[in-house]
Amino acid sequence: MSITAGAGDQFAPTGGALVEMSPRPADRGVQARRATWYKNPALMAGLIITGIVLIAAIIAPLITFYNPITQNLTDALQGPSAAHWLGTDQFGRDTWTRLVYGARLDLRIAFIAVLFPFTLGVVLGSIAGYFGGWADTIIMRVVDVVVAFPFYVLLIALVFVLGPGARSIYISITLVGWVSYARIVRGEILVAKRQEYVLAAQSAGLSNTRIMGRHLLPNVISQAIIYGMSDIVQDILAIVTLGYLGLGIPPPAAEWGSMINGGQNFLSTHWELTTFPGLAVILVGLGLSLIGDGLADILRPGQ
Amino acid sequence: MTAPEPAGQTAGSGPLLTASGLSVTFNVGSAFGARIRKENFVLRAVDGIDLEIERGEALAVVGESGSGKSTLARALTGITPVAAGEMIFDGRKLAARRRGRDRRRIQMVFQDPYSSLNPRLTVGSMLSELLRVHKVVPRSEVESFSRELLNLVGLSEEALPAYPRQFSGGQRQRVAIARALALRPDLLIADEPVSALDVSVQATILNLLRDLRAELGLTLMLISHNLAVVRHLCNRVAVMYLGRIVELAPTEELFSNPQHPYTQALLAAIPTLEPGSWDEEPAITGDPPSPLNIPSGCRFRTRCPLAEQICHDQDPELRAGAASAGHRAACHFAFSAAGAAAPAGGAGQD
Amino acid sequence: MTAAFSPGGAPAGPMLQVRDLHVQIATGRGTVRAVDGVSFEVPRGEALGLVGESGSGKSMTLRSILGVLPPTASVTSGQIILDGRDLVPLKQTDLNRIRGPKIAMIFQEPMSALNPVMRVGAQIAEGPMLHQGLSRAKAAERALDLMRRVGIPHPERRMRSYPHEFSGGMRQRVMIAIALACEPEVILCDEPTTALDVTIQDQILRLLARLCRESGVSLVFVTHDLPVVAQICQQVAVMYGGRLAEYGPVRDVLHDPRHPYTLGLVRSAPDFDNVREALIPIPGAPPSLITPPDGCRFHPRCKFAEEDCQVVEPPMKPLPGGRATACLHYERTIESLEAERAGQLDPVDLQVAAEQPDEAAPAAGSAP
Repeated sequence: MSITAGAGDQFAPTGGALVEMSPRPADRGVQARRATWYKNPALMAGLIITGIVLIAAIIAPLITFYNPITQNLTDALQGPSAAHWLGTDQFGRDTWTRLVYGARLDLRIAFIAVLFPFTLGVVLGSIAGYFGGWADTIIMRVVDVVVAFPFYVLLIALVFVLGPGARSIYISITLVGWVSYARIVRGEILVAKRQEYVLAAQSAGLSNTRIMGRHLLPNVISQAIIYGMSDIVQDILAIVTLGYLGLGIPPPAAEWGSMINGGQNFLSTHWELTTFPGLAVILVGLGLSLIGDGLADILRPGQ
Repeated sequence: MTAPEPAGQTAGSGPLLTASGLSVTFNVGSAFGARIRKENFVLRAVDGIDLEIERGEALAVVGESGSGKSTLARALTGITPVAAGEMIFDGRKLAARRRGRDRRRIQMVFQDPYSSLNPRLTVGSMLSELLRVHKVVPRSEVESFSRELLNLVGLSEEALPAYPRQFSGGQRQRVAIARALALRPDLLIADEPVSALDVSVQATILNLLRDLRAELGLTLMLISHNLAVVRHLCNRVAVMYLGRIVELAPTEELFSNPQHPYTQALLAAIPTLEPGSWDEEPAITGDPPSPLNIPSGCRFRTRCPLAEQICHDQDPELRAGAASAGHRAACHFAFSAAGAAAPAGGAGQD
Repeated sequence: MTAAFSPGGAPAGPMLQVRDLHVQIATGRGTVRAVDGVSFEVPRGEALGLVGESGSGKSMTLRSILGVLPPTASVTSGQIILDGRDLVPLKQTDLNRIRGPKIAMIFQEPMSALNPVMRVGAQIAEGPMLHQGLSRAKAAERALDLMRRVGIPHPERRMRSYPHEFSGGMRQRVMIAIALACEPEVILCDEPTTALDVTIQDQILRLLARLCRESGVSLVFVTHDLPVVAQICQQVAVMYGGRLAEYGPVRDVLHDPRHPYTLGLVRSAPDFDNVREALIPIPGAPPSLITPPDGCRFHPRCKFAEEDCQVVEPPMKPLPGGRATACLHYERTIESLEAERAGQLDPVDLQVAAEQPDEAAPAAGSAP
């Protein structure tokens, strides 16, 4: 018996079907990672917690029985009971209902709000990292200016100028939040563009846009995504804070921040009005952070 | 099987690529800092190269670190901008920024198979992207052409949907070669294509390159530091030192009758299965000078056993000997009695 | 052939003996049997080459001798006997006392092996101060002397330089100086010249040979480069898949191998002095060390493999002339060599060399 050419090489044209290659640690890396994502405790816990809140928000009409906005002064300030699971606020509105609808509002805004700075930051960061030179200098100096201001100071100032409402929240968060993504992506691209496959793409005459978009970005985006997870948490906090300060979504909308604000006068008597929205914020923040941790573990380059 | 033939059926006569006075420079750090350190700010990686590559030949460019051979390869491929000099390809001048068809005609295979393939693209996507962007074949034929390319390098079509991580080093290099051939180049530049591979795998890639030359009539420029590989694969060799070509000759002529002291030292330094005596001094002592501080006159004089005053004053030209037009050396004492008296290489003297 | 090293003094027994060494690495995908039963000896004052490709286990063997295995790896059985003393059961503290004075190691990448924030002279002097209790002044003197011996120009000035101020070849010399500082008896070299230019490699190899000749130090030299082994070592051990394939005097093993893997290595590497018609690669890929093949590790890629090769784990069979082979059918290797010398290449080899699908009939690779 003798081995003829290509027998051990399953990609050889003389071979037959694709034979399972003797596993090399490097090869099995990504498959192994993909396979074990559901075994990652942080990720699973985060997904469960966030999932529960998300599902509750989605099926809000099914699990709540009152209108979140309509005032009903005769039922004001009742404690928790069978009819009102978490009691009512000073305007007679059911707290549980407002809590769930608040989830809808806050989560929706946060998830959308994180996309704009993500996109803007990734694009500008890519340009700065890939082209270097003047583009890099200008963009990075703008980043330096924005970063010099504390996040909330700038945010509040912008929202104040633009007026309350969802739209000004989106604009303000975008203008302030893009810088972190830009820095992250720029750093990753500075390293990645030295890889030889980028040189190969350049020598093949592919356009810079194509190289950036198709070749570089998919390889560097994971860090930005991981950061995005923690950024959602930050955005939720920002929205809630704005709401607390009266600068966010204006009343009578059910929003956790304004609920916390509204309930703080009654802390000694009806602590649940402020506490439960606060707990909800913590819970969502925890869930999203855990997802971010889990993703960071899984997407970490190398073993 | 219709083998993909090089594009632009070349005009037929004259060298395929002529480079004259080619220079590539890099700015190192800041001008101010350089002045403090009393070093040059400008690194002359490639310092005035004249080179012709004939159609269908396999030219090797050998040199050690700092010789500028990789920079030369990248300049010829068009990845690195050229500071001075010009390149004429198949009779036409190559513009500084290459477009379309010019881009395709010179392609490169890189050294590290683990970073030269995009980990997120399947082999099929990699190839089809190139084929489509450059319209190498009609859209309907993209997949069949990709399969032919893979067959050409010895891979089956099962490689098409696979990701680079599923391949071994040798197979990745084959994918890299297939990618380079996708654009149907006339000239393939291979920058140390086997250095990162295991010894037993190197043979497959070397054999492949040799066979591709025969089948496709491909012109090959091989960058290597390994003279054994060069001897096996190439018919002409250029030896580079600190950005210049110091000797240029057909392979066997170079190895049996080296005229430049650096070439002689290089040959003497090659370890062989038949060792010489260990009491001898090494072939060459000391370190090469920094490319930031290239010596005046002949740049090799600081390590050359033959150095004289003229070497300090005059930079020798790359000139041919009286007897052999194809053999050129940049040494004042080349092709003369003094050159022949220099310590001959211990290796390669069969 | 003149021996590159003169044997050391009279003491009995080899300097270093490795017996049935097993090293395993725990990974997420299973246990990697990196070294699976390796035995060899290094006589005093001689140099042994450990040759193999990636995954052969040669680096792990070396590191286990010094005790610098990665945290997930461990020696699961076997003995490493240095000058009569078994190193395997020793704790780190005891090992530390042996490292330096008895064994030293030179690495492949000097830039990562040298401390970037410590001056070179201090790094060389550190060992003697720590292990031999030399005073700072005396250690500095020794460092200066060593730098001279390894050929670093202007040593008085350069003692105060940092590693990044040196070129690659000079850094390697610094590493050799550090290794020699405590006057060890064995120096382990892990591909020390692989990253160097050929002319610098030439300098470093000659330096190592001269230093060892002068001080009678034993060397274990790991490399994948066959000619380098031929230059500097007297004995060579060829490793494959965590095991030894062949062992013997360098010239004999490389010119007249007794194992199909060695034969394959020699035939697949381009030899500067001997340009063959075709390079014949070894088909297939290195074996998985987690689930290695049964029997002989090399049998899936071996053209001489028989039925018993798939089942029986071949022992090291001693051969005349101080050689040994782990091939059950080594005589077929001998036949193949004789056929080659007589000018007939094996048609199977030619098919491997051609390695093209049937349709694209190659122009090259024809029989001589």
